[in-house]
Amino acid sequence: MRGKSKLTIFMALALVMSLFLSACSGGGNTEGGTTGGSSNGDSNEGTTEGDSSSGAKMAEEQVLNINIKTEPPSLNPGTATDTTSAVVIKSIFEGLTRITPDGVKPAMAKEIKTSDDGLKYTITLRDDIKWSNGDPVTAGDFEYAWKWVLNPKHEATYAYQLYPIKNAEKAKAGEVPLDKVGIKVVNDKKLIVTLGRKAPYFEKLLAFTTFMPVNEEVAKANPKWYTDAGPNFVTNGPYTLEKWEHKDEIVLKKNPKYWDKENVHLNKIQMVMVEDEQTELNMYNNGELDWAGMPTGQLPLAAIPTLKQKGTLNIKPIAGVYYYAFNVEKEPFNNLKIRKAFSYAINRKGIVEQITKAGQIPAMALVPPSMFPENKKGYFQDNNVEKAKELLKQGMKELGYDSVADFPEITLSYNTNEAHAKIAQAIQEMWKDTLGVDVKLYNAEWKVYLKKLEEGNYQVGRMGWLGDFNDAINFLEIFKEKGGNNYTNWHSEKYASLLEKSYGQADNPEQRMATMKQAEKVFMEDMPIAPIYFYTVAYVKKPYVKGVFINGLGKSDYKWAYIAAH
Amino acid sequence: MGRYLTKRVLFILVSLFFIVTLTFFLMKAAPGGPFTTEKGIPPEIKQGLREFYGLDNPWYQQYFDYLVSVAQWDFGPSFKYKGQSVNDIISRSFPVSLILGLEAVFIALGFGVLFGCIAALRHNRLADYAAMVIAVFGISVPNFILASLLQYIFALKLNWLPVARFEGWEYTILPAVALSAMPLAFVARLMRSSMLEELGSDYVKTAKAKGIKQSVVTYRHAIRNAIMPVVSYLGPLLAAILTGSFVVEKIFGIPGLGNEFVTSITNRDYTTIMGVTVFYSVLLLFSILIVDIIYGLIDPRIKLSGGKGK
Repeated sequence: MRGKSKLTIFMALALVMSLFLSACSGGGNTEGGTTGGSSNGDSNEGTTEGDSSSGAKMAEEQVLNINIKTEPPSLNPGTATDTTSAVVIKSIFEGLTRITPDGVKPAMAKEIKTSDDGLKYTITLRDDIKWSNGDPVTAGDFEYAWKWVLNPKHEATYAYQLYPIKNAEKAKAGEVPLDKVGIKVVNDKKLIVTLGRKAPYFEKLLAFTTFMPVNEEVAKANPKWYTDAGPNFVTNGPYTLEKWEHKDEIVLKKNPKYWDKENVHLNKIQMVMVEDEQTELNMYNNGELDWAGMPTGQLPLAAIPTLKQKGTLNIKPIAGVYYYAFNVEKEPFNNLKIRKAFSYAINRKGIVEQITKAGQIPAMALVPPSMFPENKKGYFQDNNVEKAKELLKQGMKELGYDSVADFPEITLSYNTNEAHAKIAQAIQEMWKDTLGVDVKLYNAEWKVYLKKLEEGNYQVGRMGWLGDFNDAINFLEIFKEKGGNNYTNWHSEKYASLLEKSYGQADNPEQRMATMKQAEKVFMEDMPIAPIYFYTVAYVKKPYVKGVFINGLGKSDYKWAYIAAH
Repeated sequence: MGRYLTKRVLFILVSLFFIVTLTFFLMKAAPGGPFTTEKGIPPEIKQGLREFYGLDNPWYQQYFDYLVSVAQWDFGPSFKYKGQSVNDIISRSFPVSLILGLEAVFIALGFGVLFGCIAALRHNRLADYAAMVIAVFGISVPNFILASLLQYIFALKLNWLPVARFEGWEYTILPAVALSAMPLAFVARLMRSSMLEELGSDYVKTAKAKGIKQSVVTYRHAIRNAIMPVVSYLGPLLAAILTGSFVVEKIFGIPGLGNEFVTSITNRDYTTIMGVTVFYSVLLLFSILIVDIIYGLIDPRIKLSGGKGK
């Protein structure tokens, strides 16, 4: 009897927790409305699951069962903006390049030539590429897809991904006609793209979902070709869309017309949409899923310690940072020493070991260690209590306060979520213990919270950032200007000019890296944010699932996946 | 009867108008919009989106446009799911919710009435206590805990039923049971107390005194009268089950409308919020009307035409 009631209580707790955790899954973010994260994937740092040597023995039945949690909002490469859609789109469509375990490789393109000034890209397509209906993939299909996105009349939020292309931004704003955009079709197999500004990451960008082609003929004949599986849903990727039961499941089949079909082993990928994390894990334990957890799903927080103990949990660091933003226009955080004191007083190691528990790395820097390896150590010492106390005293003097009791009331804000709440409570206590400051907690639903931050109506607020592309500039640029994703109101001329300088150093990666590190140093000296930890992805998978590629940004690609004999 | 119906339908239309108006303005007043994301969208793209969805028009024009399209039963395109209309979303999700909801209502009614009757007939005996313990359990255990427990026992441990999803009849059993527990308990208690009252009333005593068999007294007379409060509970019950299925749908990964209803609000998917709200309102207002009509059929004392009939 006692055992039974204990079980009930445990189940209840686990449930309540998983409910809260998943309560805020709007926007297709992978971690409860956590961060900025598009699906732009690329990395040389990625890892391929298991043995990818071609000698491995394959199972008879090549079927992979995974959970993608929610209905993908759009399977049209032009309108998709979220990670769930991107996972499916990357499997069924293919751009000019593809991010592979060995870096960026030509995919639909055979050859990409760059002019000396780095502004003109001459792209030749492969000869043997076909759409799933048998039509050849032409340069015109790319032009059509990109110009569709840039058409001011069309709804395409991610049009700005195409902005490096000459006149793209102006065309989207309706200032110049679409044929002024730097996209030129020479013939069916040749495309010339002219950029408006240097973009050293352009080849990586070509692999991004927004840059994928659309079959012009089919799309023109059926403007709603992308809403359901069927003869109109024509694709050019490793898999085809066999079935799309909205909000229920998606089934992909191997594409027999794909140019690289020798390297595609799965015959079928079944993607179910189950939102509840505990249910996902239950289905995995019951053999209905081959994979549970990130990148496409999520493990319940409560189950992580047990899975870790069993030794089945896989953890991979990814490019993402969880941080507390200080509003540098609100007292007392207008004072640098106070900001530092609050940041130093956080025990990050305690947080990742006691609360988040999925192997996160304490962050004492902005750029994740996958990009700047020395950032494992960071710019300051974690949990530096003595220094924090000293800085607090000095800061109070500068602001003219006699004691912490004179501080204006300090509120720590976060969006409603169990994990965020736990971290906020822990930090509240750390600040109380170390600095003697009483901090109030405030939480709001995701969109309300964002609005509050946008309006500058906060003092300390939780935020996060998941990389869009695997380059430090993606993290540094957040704080280049006020507004946008920089909610801190912090601005530094020196910082901005260093970033400008790095743009000109595209040809010299080492110099560019040094300039960016210099910029990060300026940023950390001013401490407009208190970094907390660098993200990881945590998952469990059946031992026979091999070849799933998870890139450095934590996005998965199933092109090379296979089921080993078992 | 005809006059009564016209009057009721008119009332329904007026209520609907108020519901639409209130939802529309409350929704617009909620902070953040469908395009609020943590990633800044360039202003010209945001502007394009607003124009695309007609959010650029003055509020009164948006409001009247909306009233007109609702009158035509057209809820517009979803903001979140590109290329899908809210009508599509409702027509694919509602049947699922309806099957689940009806199953839950049948379980709740069937077992609730049965338990209530047994408890009343075996008043203060073991069966009574057993039925009432079940009822208290059903009321006090939230459905999401029950759902997880059922999932754990019947799917994971015993392997009798699937863990989740909605692929066939056997998939509906666990969620329907989880959904029905609370109303079942409520119906059982309701039935028990009204049954006790009827069993002690004069006409039952008279019937017994005339030597009519116990079973006939129970079935033909007592139950028919005792079930009245349960029938009037049917309307709110259906409402509670249909709109309250969100958590159970989520746990069992069921693509129903309850889920859509809740997530549309977090997404600020304006058209979906409005569409689903209006749809639910119509459904509930009419279900209440139907319950009232059934009421009149069961109990001839209640006259629908009402008023001061000559």
